[in-house]
Amino acid sequence: MSRALILAAIRRNLHRGPLPADQAALLHARLGAHPRGPIPARSRLPRAEQIALFVRNVEKEFGTVVRVAGPETVPGAVAEYLARQNLPSELVMAPHPELIALPWAERPLLHLRIGRAEATDIVSIQHGFAAIAETGTLMLPSGAERPTTLNLLAETAIVVLRASRVVGAYEEAWDLLRAERQDPVTGGFMPRNVMLVTGPSRSADIEQALELGAHGPRQLHIVLVDDEGASIAT
Amino acid sequence: MLPTSPTFKKNATAALTNAGLQRALERTKPHFQQRRAAAVAALPEFEQLRETGRQIKNHTLQNLDFYLETWADNVTRAGGEVHWCATASDAREAVLRICRRAGALVATKGKSMISEEIGINDFLEANGITAVETDLGEYIIQLGHEPPSHIIAPAFHLNREDWEARFRKAHTDLPADRVFRERRDLLTEARGELRQRFLAADVGITGANFLIAETGSSVIVTNEGNGDLTQTLPKVHIVLASIEKLVPTLEDASVLLRLLARSATGQDFSAYTTFSTGPRRPGDRDGPEQYHVVLLDNGRSAMLGTEFQDMLRCIRCAACMNHCPVYGAIGGHAYGWVYPGPMGAVLTPTLIGVDQAGNLPNASTFCGRCESVCPMKIPLPGMMRHWREREFERHLTPAFFRRNLGFWAWFARRPATYRLAVRAAARALGFFGSGRGRFRRLPLAGSWTGGRDMPAPEGETFFARYAREGRRAEGSGR
Repeated sequence: MSRALILAAIRRNLHRGPLPADQAALLHARLGAHPRGPIPARSRLPRAEQIALFVRNVEKEFGTVVRVAGPETVPGAVAEYLARQNLPSELVMAPHPELIALPWAERPLLHLRIGRAEATDIVSIQHGFAAIAETGTLMLPSGAERPTTLNLLAETAIVVLRASRVVGAYEEAWDLLRAERQDPVTGGFMPRNVMLVTGPSRSADIEQALELGAHGPRQLHIVLVDDEGASIAT
Repeated sequence: MLPTSPTFKKNATAALTNAGLQRALERTKPHFQQRRAAAVAALPEFEQLRETGRQIKNHTLQNLDFYLETWADNVTRAGGEVHWCATASDAREAVLRICRRAGALVATKGKSMISEEIGINDFLEANGITAVETDLGEYIIQLGHEPPSHIIAPAFHLNREDWEARFRKAHTDLPADRVFRERRDLLTEARGELRQRFLAADVGITGANFLIAETGSSVIVTNEGNGDLTQTLPKVHIVLASIEKLVPTLEDASVLLRLLARSATGQDFSAYTTFSTGPRRPGDRDGPEQYHVVLLDNGRSAMLGTEFQDMLRCIRCAACMNHCPVYGAIGGHAYGWVYPGPMGAVLTPTLIGVDQAGNLPNASTFCGRCESVCPMKIPLPGMMRHWREREFERHLTPAFFRRNLGFWAWFARRPATYRLAVRAAARALGFFGSGRGRFRRLPLAGSWTGGRDMPAPEGETFFARYAREGRRAEGSGR
C-alpha cells in the first residue's frame, strides 16, 4: 500500500512516529486560524484610491475597464463596447441572478443566451464575485450561476463587477469566499473551481515576446458598476 | 527519458558551438533578469515575503505526513480520488489505469514537470493513448520530439524559423503556401489547431504548482489558459503532483504566489491562477466528472532529514537558471535530464543517482547568484558542495581530479609549506608575467587558459600583504 509506505518513509526520515495528539491539535488550530503572511502596503488605501489601483492594474495587464454609474446602465455599456470593437451582438451570459435582473430588454439588438459557453461563442458575460486591487485580479468561483467555460472559451470575455466587491489583497477575497459560500458537498466553502484572472490570455513562448490571446480570451473587458455612491467618484 | 547527464561535458561543448541556441540565450537571458529585478523592486515587502515563504515551506515539510493526510481527506470529501505513488512507474500505471477506465483515446496536457519526470507521454503513446501538449512551448517541443530546455520557458532555445518549419510539417490540413508574417500568426494557428484537441480530449492532465491541505485543492498557474481548458473541458481531470507541493492554507499559498510569478517571468501575477477542488458539483454546468490526483514521491521523502531537505522548498520558478552563468552559456539540454540549471544540479542526482548526474553539481562557478535570487532561499551552492563530497566519498570522481585534490589537500594541511609554495609560485608568475600583466597560456592549465587569460600576480601573496598592512594599521594606532 503506497500511502502507508510514503507516510512511513516521511516519518522515518523526520525521525519520529505519527504526530502526538497535542501537536496535531496545534496544526489543526493553525488550519482553523489560517494566519496571514505579510500583506503588501500597496493596496492599503482609502476606498476610492483602492478602486483606482484595481483599474490601473487591470489596464497594466492589458485588460480594459469601463465604469458605469449603476446596474441599469450595464446593458448600454455592453452594447457600446461591442459596437466599438466591431463585435457581434450575440452573447452567452452567466445564469447569475444579478446579471439576469439587468434591464437587457432596453437593448433589443443584443441576443443573449444564458448558460455555459461553447466553442463557437465569440463574446461571453461573466459575473465577478470579487476583485483584488493589489494586482488587478478577478476572483471567479465556479457554480451553477457562474460556469467556468465563460472565463475561457470566448474570444472576448466581459465581466460585470460591482465596485463594492473590489478588495485590496488576495486574503480579503478569500475571506469573502469563506464567509459567503457553503458547499453542500464538502461542507466547506471551496467550490469546484476558483479562477483568479489577471488580464487576457497571453504567451511569451515564441522568442520570449509577449502576444495576447493564446488559448483563452484575447480581450478582457470589465464593466465596473458603482454601487458605493460617492466613494468611487474620482 | 534516458539521461545524457553522464556526457555533460560533451553536451556543453556542443551547446557552446550551437549558433541557434546561442542566439536564443543572448535574447532570453537579459529579458528574464531585467523583468524579475523590476518586479521585485516594485514590491518593498519582497524580502519579508521570501522569509515568510521559507518558514511556511519548512513548517509544512516538518509536518508533511500530517498535511498530506489532511489534504487527502479533503480531496476525498470533495469527491476526488488520490493515487499514492512511491515511484515513477507507479505513477505511470495509475495514469494509464484512469485513462483505460475512462475509455480514453486522447489526453490533452497542461504544462507539468512531473509529467516529464515520469515520462508519461511516451508511456501513454506506447499504450495507444495520444497525449497532446497544449502549452505553446511544450507543444512545439513535442512536435520536435525533444525535451524542454527550461522549466518555465520550455522552447526558449527555438527561433521563429524553427516554429514555422515545425508548424508546416505538423499542420498538413492547412494550405502549404500560407505565410507567417509575425509571431501572432504562429500563435493564431496553434490556437486553432489546439482548440480542436481541447474539445476532442477524453482526459485532461495538468501539473500542480501547489496542493492545499485545508481545502484539498490543486493549484495551477498559467498565462495561456491552456491548463484551464485542459482541466475544464474533458470528462476526467488528472493532476500530477509531487508530495512537496503541499502548503497548509490558502493564505500560505497567497504568500508563495506573490513570490512565484515575480521570480519566474517578472509578472506581478500570472494571467490565470486556478484552484481546483474535486469534480463537478450538483448544479454545475461544466467541469470534469472525475478528479484524480496522482501523488508522486519518487525519492523526495528520502530527502527529508538530509542535507538536501531544503531543496523540497523549491517552487519551480526558474530564477536560479535565469541568473546562472553556466546555464546562460549552455542552456538546458546539456544538463541531460528533466531539471536543468542550479536546481537541476541539486535535484537530478537525488532522482537519478549521483553516479549518473555527478557532473551537474560540478558545473558551477559557485558565484552564489542562484541562492541570492531564489524566492525560497534554498542554499543551492551549499548543496552542490554536498553532492561533490558524496561523489568524492563514493570514488566517482575521475582519478585525475582525485590526484590533484589529494595533492592540494596535502599542502592545505601544512600551512607553513603551503605558504612557502604559494609565495614561490606568486613570485615566479609575477616575474614572468610582469610585462603583459596576464598569461595566455600556462603549463598544466591548458584547458583553463584555452578560454581566458590568467591575470599575473603582482609577486606578493595575500598573506604577506595582510601581515604588512596589519602591522601598519597597528603602528598608526588604529
